Parts: sequence; structure tokens; C-alpha cells
Amino acid sequence: MQMHSLEFDISHALAGGLVLISFMMLYQDRLYSLLNVFALHALVLALSVAWQAFIQNAPHLYVTAAIALVFKAIVIPVALHRIIKQLGIHRDIESAVGIGPTMLAGMGLVALSMVLILRVTAEADPLAREDIAFALSVVLLGLLVMVTRRNAVSQVVGFMSLENGLVLAATGAKGMPLVVEISVAFSILIAFIVIGIFLFRIRERFDSVDVSALDDYRGERR
Amino acid sequence: MNPHSFDPVAAVLLIPIGSAALLAMLPGYRLTARLNVVASLATFLSALLLFVIERPQPGPYVLVDDLNIVFIVLNTFVGFTTSIFSASYIAHELETGRLTPVYLRFYHAMYQTMMFGMNLAFVSNNIGLMWVAVEIATLTTVLMVGIYRTHAALEAAWKYFILGSVGIAFALFGTILVYMAARPVVGEGQDGMIWTALVEHSQAFDPALLNVAFIFLFLGYGTKVGLAPLHAWLPDAHAEGPTPISAVLSGLLLNVALYALLRFKILLAANPAAIAPGPLMVTMGLLSLVFAAFMLYRRRDIKRLFAYSSIEHMGIIVFAFGMGGPLANFAGLLHMVMHSLTKSAIFYAVGHISQIKGTQRISRIRGLTVSHPALGWGLVTGVVAIAGLPPLGIFMSEFLVVSSTFARQPLLAIVLVLGLLLAFGALTLRLTSVAFGEPRGSTKPAEASYVPMFAHLALVLMAGIYLPAPLVVWFQHVARLLG
Repeated sequence: MQMHSLEFDISHALAGGLVLISFMMLYQDRLYSLLNVFALHALVLALSVAWQAFIQNAPHLYVTAAIALVFKAIVIPVALHRIIKQLGIHRDIESAVGIGPTMLAGMGLVALSMVLILRVTAEADPLAREDIAFALSVVLLGLLVMVTRRNAVSQVVGFMSLENGLVLAATGAKGMPLVVEISVAFSILIAFIVIGIFLFRIRERFDSVDVSALDDYRGERR
Repeated sequence: MNPHSFDPVAAVLLIPIGSAALLAMLPGYRLTARLNVVASLATFLSALLLFVIERPQPGPYVLVDDLNIVFIVLNTFVGFTTSIFSASYIAHELETGRLTPVYLRFYHAMYQTMMFGMNLAFVSNNIGLMWVAVEIATLTTVLMVGIYRTHAALEAAWKYFILGSVGIAFALFGTILVYMAARPVVGEGQDGMIWTALVEHSQAFDPALLNVAFIFLFLGYGTKVGLAPLHAWLPDAHAEGPTPISAVLSGLLLNVALYALLRFKILLAANPAAIAPGPLMVTMGLLSLVFAAFMLYRRRDIKRLFAYSSIEHMGIIVFAFGMGGPLANFAGLLHMVMHSLTKSAIFYAVGHISQIKGTQRISRIRGLTVSHPALGWGLVTGVVAIAGLPPLGIFMSEFLVVSSTFARQPLLAIVLVLGLLLAFGALTLRLTSVAFGEPRGSTKPAEASYVPMFAHLALVLMAGIYLPAPLVVWFQHVARLLG
């Protein structure tokens, strides 16, 4: 067993924490609590990115960390809170799949990403490869949140946690260019979604933001 | 401006983004629609200049080579003809009140932003920048799909948005993995994302990492290409948005995503130890082809019908590139160009038809060749072309795909031919009911712009009868590049 430095342990702990918080997202059955867990997710991401900026001596990554902290951990959850209140949908989330099977599927996905990434990157630098493995887990868990929820707001939260995984991967890949630009692009994308939910007045049009209500209408009824 | 300092690459990017800003501010439909056409024409002309000038050295961000120059010219050409079609289409939408002037301003600005995104994706030499450009193009089309703000349009935009975002997330993860694979060889920083540098050193990359990266890129960009089973957004987005957007979606945006895939395919092919991307592409291509061919029979909405036909053709193209080799690659490239031209021509016709009839339901459209001969026969020619009948261009490219496959993998060729025949059957079935017989629905005369449609069809016909030798040499050269 090789010894790891403190730097390694801290970034490992933060990345692992993100995976755990992704799991917590899977079983939240209220929109408000889902948002709180997401804010925690973004906070841990900000810490992790800041830590990477520190150990890689890459000051531009502090910008990404600041975006994660201000935009994703504060602005977006607050905005979504208000939207939920205004749309009057702070009732239970209808999970499309039960919590038990979802958690099992989540464990399967994490195992899959560990096996896949750790096997193919046997020669890469250990910090980067474990970071990528955790990041892929977060991405896949975010995807799982998106497919198990039917509510538009919780799908967006799932997408944002997926994107947190991507930022984790990008910052873990030492010296990757354009990381800041990409995280800004993603923030714009997310702002678009949130504004979209609000401006398109999904409630007004569909009576709820329940995507299954959208499914009722299809261009061609059979 | 000094003519010697005129840079067509910069013009192809700056004209669209500059005019987007201008169009967002200018009021008045007539002025903005014309300005949209003029800007698209200027972009097209600058793209043509790329053939003439000495190519710039591949820089950290921009690259012009034999592969992308074809696509840039095609992209700006279809962008230009669509802007002409769009001007007459939008005039009608204003009359019927489906669009308000404010939305129209937004629409034109988005149109040019989308052209900017697509051109940027084509010229970028940086895989990160390419990813950002594809994202810009996707986002703007999402906004335009939802522009009518009807129930169905919002659903389509939302679906497109969510699936597109997941696709784009996978593509980014793949891009990061490519960088990880490149870093030990190329070094940290900028160089690890420059495509030309990556291709040069690709044989030294860790093959396992490159394989996983390609799977993610294939799933990510494949979602945007509309490959089954990742295609769910495509029919809705085509059917519910304004028809000019359906035309550029089918004709151009699918090509952009496919082009991104081709770049990574070349990267993978340069590394002998990595998996061959071929089998994966062949499987997904055939699956999309056969699936879409069956789905064509159940369509009742005319724009959805042609959206599924786009999935079918993207399947054929991905299949051809998956087979690889000079002949199949040649066929794939030719098919991409022919499909863009034909499908956008069909959407021009369909756009005017659905405006006249006030519906997109196939059962309510009858006898078009009788009531509206120009539109009707235009549509007939387009569908004959897209179904792969001689003497039009798609026949030639499909023939090349089939014959090269028969020579190498007869079993795959049988599936391929089966899919093609099924699609052919579905399209002719629908075509006869729409184009011939007793006219049904409104027979008021069309205020259509026929020039774009017939220009495209003429080009497709010309390509089917005679391909100029320099063009053939060019395509062959590019086909060899693709490996």
C-alpha cells in the first residue's frame, strides 16, 4: 500500500464527498430538500475546485470555484426556491422509480465507473485517475436523478449535479485549458434553463411542471 | 479596408455574429428579413473566398483544411438559401399572427447566432472550442424550436434541451478524457486540445483511455446526430419549430455534430492500438436506418415524416463512414452534401404547403400537383431524390454505399438494402397520397419563394448526372484523409 500525501487525501475526500451527496440527492422526496442538498453539492464542488487550484498552483481555477460557490450554491438554489413557491409546486416529488431500486442502480453505476476508469487508466497519475473515476460517478448519478424524476425542476437539479461532475473532471485534469470558459458556458446554459422554466411559464401552459403532463400532448395522437 | 488584409475565416465568423447583434436591435420585419439575407449572402461569399486564398497556418484556435472547407461552404450556402425561404415564410407567419414583431427580431438574431456557432464548430482547431461552438448552435436552435410557445412547441424544446444537454455533457467528458490521454505525450496546457497537435502525436496516446473517450464522444455527439436510440428529440424539434429551422436542423446542424465525430474518428484511426471506431458506427448506423425506416410508416405529420427520414439518412452516412475505406468514405461525404441540399429543399416545399393548408397532417393534404403545381412537383422531385431514385444525387451516393458494402460485408449489405427499400416504400406511399388525387384543403395560390427549392434540386440533379472531375478528385482526397 503506497502512502499518499495530505494533498491527495484532501482532494480524494472532497471528490468522494461529492459522490456521497449525489447519493443523498437520489432519495430526497421534497423539492426544497432536494435544492438544499444540491446547494451542499455545489459548495463541496467549490471547495474541491479551490483545493485543486491551490495544489496545482493554477489561480484561474479560483474563478471556477467562485462561480460554483456564488452562482450554483447560492443564486440558483435561491432562484429555484422562489420559482417553486411562485408556481406552487412544493409538494412531494413523484419519483418515477422507487427509492430502493434507484439506490441499487446508483451503486451499480458507481461500481461501473470505478471499474471502467480505474482499469483503463492504470498508468495515469493516481490523483487524476481517481478524480476522473469519482467525476464519472457523479455524472452518472446526475443522469440517474434526471431519469428517475418527472418534475421539470428536479430534472434541472439533476442536470446541474451532472455538470458539477464535469467540472470536477475538468479541474482534476491537470493544466487543462479552457476550464474557466467551459464553466462559464455551462453557467450560461443553466441560467437559460432556469429562466426558461420561468419565462415559458410552464405552469401556465401545462398547469404543472410535471413533465409527464407534457407527455399527454404529442404531435400525433394514436 | 485593404483587400489584402481581408481574412475570409474571420469574415465567416464575424459577419454572422455582428449581424446578429445588429438584427437584435433593428425593428421592422422587411428590413431585418432583408438584412438577414444579405448577411447570409456575405457569409457565403466569404466562405467561397476560402478556396481562393492561401490557407492560414493551423493556429491554436482556427484550422482550414480540405475536410472542413467543403462543410463551411455547404453550411453557408444552405444558410443563405434558407434565409431567402425564411423571409417569405416569416411574412406569412406575421400575417396569421403566429409570430409577433418582437419575437421576429429575436428569431433573426438567433438565426445568425446559430450560423456563427456552426461556422465556429467547423473552423475550430481546438476540441474545447469546438465543443463550445456546438453548444452555442444547439442552444440557439432550442430557443427557436420553442418560439411559437404553443404547448407542443414548448414540449419539443424542453425535450430537445434536456437530451441535448445530456449529449453535450457526455461530449465534454469525452473531450476531457482525450486531454487526459494527450497530456503525458503532448504536455500540459493549450497543446493538449489542439486537434492538429493531437493527430500528430495520437499514436503515442494511451489507447485504453482514448477508447473510453471515443465512446463518450460518440454517445454525446451521436445524440445530436440523431442516431437511434438517442434520437427522441429530433422528430419533435423538427415538427414544432418554424420550418426554416427544421431545414437548417436537418440540413446543417446534424452535419455539424457528424463533422465533430469525424474529427475524433481520424484521431482514433491514427492510433493503431485503439479500437477501430468502425463496428460501433456501423451498428448504430444500421440500427438508425432500419428503425427510422419502420417508423416512417406510422407518421401522420408531414414534418415528422421527413424528420424520421433525416434519422434514416444520418444512419446511412454514419454506416458509410463506419465501413471506412476510400470508396465508402467518398460515398458518405457525397451523401452528407446531397442529403443537406435535398432535405432542406423538401422542408422549403413542406413549409409553404403547411402554411397554405393550415395543417401538417398528411391526411388533410391531397392532390398538391393539381392545386399547386410548382410546390407539388418540387416536393415530388425532392421525395424522389430522398428516396434514392435515379438520376438524382442521392441515388449515386446510396449506390456507392451499397456496392462497396456488398464487396466487403454482404450480410450487412442485405440489412442495408432492406432498410433502404422499407424507407423507399414508406416515402412513396405518403407521396402518392399527398401529391396526387383530388385536391383537399385550401387551394389558395401560394406566395412562395421557389428559387431556393429549385436551386437545391437542380444541384442535386446535376450531381446525379455529372460530377465535375475536380470535385471528384477533391472528395477522393478528403475520403483518403478520413482513413
